[in-house]
This record gives sequence, structure tokens and C-alpha cells, in this order.
Amino acid sequence: MNLRSIPLSAWIGIAGIAIAILCAIFAPAIAPYGERDVVGDIWLPAGGDFLLGTDNLGRDLLSRLIYGARTTIFVALAATVLSFSLGMILSFAAAVMGGFVDQLFSRFNDLMMAIPTLIFALVVLAVLPQHLWILILVMAVLDSTRVFRIGRAVALDVAVMEFVEAARLRGEGSLWIIFREILPNTLSPLLAEFGLRFAFSILFLSTLSFLGLGVQPPAADWGGMVKDNKDGIIFGISAALVPGAAIATLAICVNLVVDWLMKRTSSLKGGRGDA
Amino acid sequence: MMESGPMTGPVLTDGTAGEPPRSADLSGVPAKPNPTGEIGGTFWRRFVFRRPLAALILQRLGLSVGLLFAVSLMIFGGIEALPGDFATTYLGQSATPQAVENIRKDLGLDRPWSERYLNWLGGAVKGDFGTSWASKNSVSEQIGKRLGNSLFLAFFAALISVPLAVGLGMLAVQFRNRMPDKIINVISLAAISLPEFFIGYLLIMFFAVQWGVATFPATVYDSMSFTERLSAIALPVATLVLVVLAHMMRMTRAAILNVMSSAYVETAELKGLGTFRIIARHAAPNAVAPVINVIALNLAYLVVGVVVVEVVFVYPGMGQYMVDAVTVRDMPVVQACGLIFAAFYIFLNMAADILAILANPRLRHPR
Repeated sequence: MNLRSIPLSAWIGIAGIAIAILCAIFAPAIAPYGERDVVGDIWLPAGGDFLLGTDNLGRDLLSRLIYGARTTIFVALAATVLSFSLGMILSFAAAVMGGFVDQLFSRFNDLMMAIPTLIFALVVLAVLPQHLWILILVMAVLDSTRVFRIGRAVALDVAVMEFVEAARLRGEGSLWIIFREILPNTLSPLLAEFGLRFAFSILFLSTLSFLGLGVQPPAADWGGMVKDNKDGIIFGISAALVPGAAIATLAICVNLVVDWLMKRTSSLKGGRGDA
Repeated sequence: MMESGPMTGPVLTDGTAGEPPRSADLSGVPAKPNPTGEIGGTFWRRFVFRRPLAALILQRLGLSVGLLFAVSLMIFGGIEALPGDFATTYLGQSATPQAVENIRKDLGLDRPWSERYLNWLGGAVKGDFGTSWASKNSVSEQIGKRLGNSLFLAFFAALISVPLAVGLGMLAVQFRNRMPDKIINVISLAAISLPEFFIGYLLIMFFAVQWGVATFPATVYDSMSFTERLSAIALPVATLVLVVLAHMMRMTRAAILNVMSSAYVETAELKGLGTFRIIARHAAPNAVAPVINVIALNLAYLVVGVVVVEVVFVYPGMGQYMVDAVTVRDMPVVQACGLIFAAFYIFLNMAADILAILANPRLRHPR
């Protein structure tokens, strides 16, 4: 693979993700004001001292946006990594062991998927105390059902190949087969899936925060910022649209990269899966 | 490991929505005795033999009801198993033990959970979901009012988005890999990435605040006339349409493209048939099943999308009710709404399954 073969849309996506991650890592250095400092009047228009204006409590919107990148990306990424590890391990175990274990995991997964994710999250979050790690865990477990389904399908595809059978006949253990035979051969589609899940996590976290059930104030988080500023909309104040646009931009960037990855894997497979 | 053969794993690569299990249970319809049991015996076997279609549909119905049952158990029992106590979370950390004890007794939490579950389920089947902890009102009464509002919203969103999505999807296939297709592709990719509330507030900002052509808090009340209601829900419906449209269109495009790239369409092309004839006679009948599936899956998604849109537009529907209840931890309301949303989701998925079977005879004789 050379750099020239990467299409323009993917470059835009990569650049966008890079900017967001840089903002997240160096937030204290970049942000002009503190995350929770009240620096001016409420809902000041953009321009002047405050590049994007101020929010409903008079905090600098740009600074909160930059700090918000931190929370949003961290939580979404943590949830995705966790859900991926969970879904992958369980799905590969199901595919390799087969039989009863496979049936048990798959039927349970079907049951989990029979409830819409958002509704499930609402029900569960109504009971659990509000902590960041609980939020991450809930997001991860709910999302891992999707990963499980795809992981199992992909692994089954590979598990019936000759080299897996050869390894089995050699007497290798299940773990060896999973990590040394199946995983390397399923990496490409799984990478695209990881990106897709990450984009979904960003949107899901933002939705939960917007509904007041995600990241709790005063920590800045893009979905929560929309919630904070939504009352301004009626007066024509666009403060709520800025974090909304940030969420949308990041999600679009991730999707652009995923789109390219998917096209790449599908062309490797001989054009299967045209969408 | 080879026992997992009939599961047909590789086919299920789409992770779009939770379909009810469609694999193992129907794989042996004529040959093996039916796994749903109950009806069992020779009668069922004869029935399957004589009326395979009806048997298959009955089986799906039974499966969905069973699934709904399991979901109810999960919504009630699964939550019970989670750490934390309703009474403590309800009152907050600083509550005295006496107050916690009182409220437990008050809400009936001192009884064993199996008894409460059976009570709750028995009521739910009859349409009685108990009383709300927060307002002490009947949950069913509130839901009765709000469910209608939500369905009203979802119905109009579906009415607009379904023809539009199918049409655009066909357009994209017709101009595959040319300009219109690429434009549609990029726009729909962007639309998928937009959170519902962002679309909602954008529409409010422009249509309601700046141009003043629509009303913003989309409140509806009983005394409103039909046309007034329609104008009130214009923006929420537009938001929902935009949310589902992109998904539905992309999936429609993929489904039609899948058919168009098959061998028999190529044969028809080589025979020298005209484009219209190929589409009408060869492609369309085979594309109906996947497109119906796409539509049903997205309608199921619509039911969920309603939650966020209702909160954005302050619309008095189920979603708003549920979110409010979650913030105050009003469990009876949360459980009732959760069950109803899940029921809609499951039955729409089931409808997709059954319609697909009806539209595609090949699915009636699974190998």
C-alpha cells in the first residue's frame, strides 16, 4: 500500500481525526481559558475575546469544545476498545468451540439485540449510579453484541479453512488457533468494523449526554454542551449548534476513513459487498 | 466444531439491527420435529407438511412472542440483578435507613422479585403497568395518550421517507458510479454521521427561528385540529425523515445492486433486453424481498429515533415520557416504556422476516 492510493476523502477524514486527537491530548495548552471558568456574560456572540462566544453560564465555548474533545474521545474510544475486546473474545470462542457454547452465546446475543440499544441503555442507566466507568461499561457491553455477531461470522468464515484444520490436527490449543491463525486473517474487515463502532460510540455517547444520562456536568462533553445550550436556540443563539457540528464533523471523518477501508477490503476479496 | 454448520454464520454479516434468531430454529421444518415443542407430535408434522407457509409464519409468531417474554424477563429481572437498590438510588445517598425501609415497603420492594415480576407481567398482559413512583398516576393512562402521539409522528415520517428512500436508492443504482450516485453517496454518508439532535436543532434554527415558517415547541394537545397537528409535527417529521432516509437509501441501493449484479440479470442484458424490461421482469421481483426487509428494519429504527426527536422538540410522546422517568428513576414507567419499545422493535423485525418469506419462495424451503 502506498500513500498515493489513499483517496482524497480518506485524507480529509484522517486529518479531521488527527486534529481532534491533538486537541484532546494538548487541551490545557491549546484552550485559551479553563474548562470550568466563568469568563464573561452568558451567550456572548462569536468574535472578539471569545472566538466562538460563551455558553449558558458564561464559559468560553471554544475552551469547552477543546476540553470536551478529551472527554468525548476518551469515553467513546474506551467503550469501543472494551466492546471490541469483549465481542471478539466471545465470538471467536463461540466460533472455535462450537456446539453448546456457540448456541448459548448466540442465543443470548440474539436476546440482547432484540432490545433497541438506546432503550436498553436508558433502562439500565435508570438503575445504575452515575459514574464515568459505569457509562463506559454499559456502552461497551451493549455495543459488543454487534461486534459479536460480525466477529462470529468472520471467524466462522476462516475457521473452516484448511490451515485452521491443519493447526487443529497439529494439536494446537484453542487460544493458539484464535490468536495465531484466525485473528491475523480477519484483521482487515475487523479494522473497518472498529472504525464503524467508534463512530457509532461517539454518536451514542453524545445522544446519552444530550438526554442528560451520559457524562455529568460540569465536565465538558460535546453532547452535554448541546444540552446546556439548547434553550438558546429559541432566541436565535447558535451556541448549541457548535458542539453539535463538532460531533458531526468527527463522526463524518471517521466514516470517511471507514468507507475507504471497507472499499479496500472488499476489493481485496474480489469486489464482494458492493455497498 | 462442525456442528455449527446449519447456523449459516457468514451470511449474517450485516450488523444493522437485531433480527430475531432466524437460523437454527427453522432449519429443519419438514424433516425434524418442530423445536418449538408444545404443539409437537404428529399433528404438527402433518400441518407442516400440508401448509409449510402457514407453519413457518406460525413459528415466527411463536418465536417473537417467546422473545418478547424473554425480553420482559430481562427488563425486569436483569435489572433486579444489577448492583444497587431501587430505594437507595431513588432517595439518594444521604437517606436514612428508616426512610429507605419505609419506601421499600411503600413501593412493595420488600416482596421477593419473582412474585413482583409475575404481578407485573400479569398486569402488563392486561395493559396495566402499575402506578408511577414519581407522580402516583396510572402508567397505562399516560402511555395510552402518548403512544398515539408517538405513532402519529412515526407514521408520517415513514409515509414520507419510505417512497423517497426507495426512489433515491433506485436512482443511485441507475447511475451507479456516476455523478448522481457519488453525490447521493457522499450526502448520505454525511447524513448517517449527524446526530439526531443536531439535525433537529439545525432545522429549528433555520425554519422556526430565522425564517419563521414552522412552529418550534411541537406541542400537541387534545383540542387541536388535524391540520394544526400536522403543522406542529412538520419539523419533527422532517428530522426523522432525514435520520432514516440515509440508512434506508444506502441499504436499498445495496440490495438492488446485489440483484443487478447477479447472473440472470447479466444473461438478460446479453440477450439484448431493454433496461426497463430487465428491471421490471427480472430484477424487481427478486429485489422486493430485500427492499421490504430494509424498510421494516428502518421502521424499527424509527421507533427508537423517536426518543431523541421528541426530547428535542418537546413533543408529548413516549420517548419524552421515558427519558423523564429515567432521570428521576421512576422504574415502573421506565420498564413499561422499555417493554413497549422493545415490543414494537421485535414485531417489526418479525414482520420483515415474514414478508421476506412471503416475497421469496426460496426462503420457504431452507436447506
